[in-house]
Amino acid sequence: MAIAEENSGGRRTSPPFVRWLITALKTLGSVAITMLGLMFVTFMIGRVMPVDPVLSVVGERASKEIYDAAYHAMGLDKPFIVQFAYYLWDVLHGDFGMSLLNARPVSEDIKRVFPATLELASLGTLFGVFIGVPLGVVAAVKRGSWVDQLARVVGLVGYSMPIFWLGLVGLLIFYGILGWVGGPGRLDIFYEDLIPVKTGMILVDSLLDGNWTVFKNAFSHIILPASILGYYSMAYISRMTRSFMLEQLSAEYITTARVKGLPERTVIWRHAFGNIKVQLITVIALSYANLLEGAVLTETIFSWPGIGSYITTALLSADMAAVLGGTIVVGLIFVLLNIFSDLLYKFFDPRAQ
Amino acid sequence: MTQATTQPQTWREWLNTDTPTSRAHARAVAAWHGWLRLKANHMAMVGLYILLALLAVAAFAPWLAPHNPLEQTLSARLAPLGTEGHVLGTDSLGRDILSRMIFGSRITLYIVALVALIAPIVGLLVGTIAGYAGGWTDAILMRITDIFLAFPRLVLALAFVAALGAGIENAVLAISITAWPPYARIARAETLTIRNSDFIAAVKLQGARPLRIITKHIWPLCISSLIIRVTLDMAGIILTAAGLGFLGLGAQPPSPEWGAMIAEGRRFILDSWWVATMPGLAIFTVSLAFNLLGDGMRDVLDPKEGGAG
Repeated sequence: MAIAEENSGGRRTSPPFVRWLITALKTLGSVAITMLGLMFVTFMIGRVMPVDPVLSVVGERASKEIYDAAYHAMGLDKPFIVQFAYYLWDVLHGDFGMSLLNARPVSEDIKRVFPATLELASLGTLFGVFIGVPLGVVAAVKRGSWVDQLARVVGLVGYSMPIFWLGLVGLLIFYGILGWVGGPGRLDIFYEDLIPVKTGMILVDSLLDGNWTVFKNAFSHIILPASILGYYSMAYISRMTRSFMLEQLSAEYITTARVKGLPERTVIWRHAFGNIKVQLITVIALSYANLLEGAVLTETIFSWPGIGSYITTALLSADMAAVLGGTIVVGLIFVLLNIFSDLLYKFFDPRAQ
Repeated sequence: MTQATTQPQTWREWLNTDTPTSRAHARAVAAWHGWLRLKANHMAMVGLYILLALLAVAAFAPWLAPHNPLEQTLSARLAPLGTEGHVLGTDSLGRDILSRMIFGSRITLYIVALVALIAPIVGLLVGTIAGYAGGWTDAILMRITDIFLAFPRLVLALAFVAALGAGIENAVLAISITAWPPYARIARAETLTIRNSDFIAAVKLQGARPLRIITKHIWPLCISSLIIRVTLDMAGIILTAAGLGFLGLGAQPPSPEWGAMIAEGRRFILDSWWVATMPGLAIFTVSLAFNLLGDGMRDVLDPKEGGAG
């Protein structure tokens, strides 16, 4: 992240390089503190858990000596702060501990399930952007028209409807009744393991392999969960686009552009829309982060083997290492996306300086 | 003063006067005018009516519900909509869905009311202390707020419930823990603007201590922005609570919590769709009502933000 900042600092000549460096260091510092806090919270959650971590390793029937040895080996006799330091050290090295369910490192599990979530959230955001942005722009330009009313209803419904319920109803209608889409899961069983795993995202992998049948099947499975996630992203993006555009359209330079006789299309898309691009990108980054969270419930409904269903499955079997590992990864991405949008704002929008 | 000549005759005149006679009178007039503006917003009123109806349903649940929500009749399981005696059908254990939804409204209101009390109060405490004290206290408290704000809400709530154990009270606690930071931010911002105003300086000169200044002079001024935020947050709280219930981490069976009811009906979604769909409609209606009312309240209490959203 620091490199990107320095690059953008190099391209712009007016502000001194040192100021960019200070901003970069400050941002890095605040990321570090936030991440430290995040890990402290997860560490604390792991500590209040009413399950004895030693018992879950050695089993109920272990003798006193074995129990004590494990207790010692896990560092539980050390002072609290030392334990936190150990924990921090492990997490920084990508070690989230062992999953109780399958006795494999949690980090490996997360690497395996994460691409599924990434694929889903990315496609959802694509839907959200390609429908939400034009909808917001038209709603702002034709304020009070039916498009504006539509955007309002879309937003209200999006903020009020439980996503897991919408997923169920969607499954009922489009899979159960109409049969237009594939059911839960990423692929029909028949197609599983047909293509080599490269990125872990089936749509990308099947394209790389040139296997259209698998691609089609994967698409029929992802389209419904992605549209449902995309709907929530669209509700948010269209609402923000509308209010950004309204702000621009009431500005005096727009009146000037119109008085100059510029075609309305140029006024709207080149002038007004050109000025909200940076704000929009930050909103899209935030909505992407929110989709990761929405994915927890959506994945449960659609039996989608991503990080969301990984966390919930682990939760129900009290597999704390897996829950906390998943939480840290989602939290980390969330923090990074937030900071990314903040930085974009600071560096490309002169008004924010 | 014209008080003597225009002695108010009716309540309406008393409320509409532009020359209030006491502080309480002035407050009543302001509240009355706010209510008139809210009344003019039809959507907000629809939201309000729905919520009043919900309150009534929750209060009179034992009289309204046609059946006992926990009573199982295995011979009448999965009866469809419109079955005699079961208007909204029955679930997989033959329990009447309508009765369960009616009793479920109590659980939803209970969760929402508790979170809507706990989160803003914690936020108000943290925010005003940080804003008034400034310096290191401010820096530390706001860093902590930022850390909690940095977490995705549902995931953090999940982790807390996992640690505390499933159940309604723990769900309330987990949602409150994830919900307070925005209130702290708002309260701090308000405190910062109030702190340097002249009347605070005057109160200080009279010898008021920080505790008195915060509780008597800063808190009352923070309340209205917190109320707006709470109403707008209610829908989110309901959805999070329902999500936790759906994942099996909120209210435990056989309690008729709406999210948990959807989870129960999920297995039969393709054959007996009404079991999962009906409670979902209830969640949707209630959070829609809160959103409508929240938008209206924002327009009334905070005119500078109205219209644009």
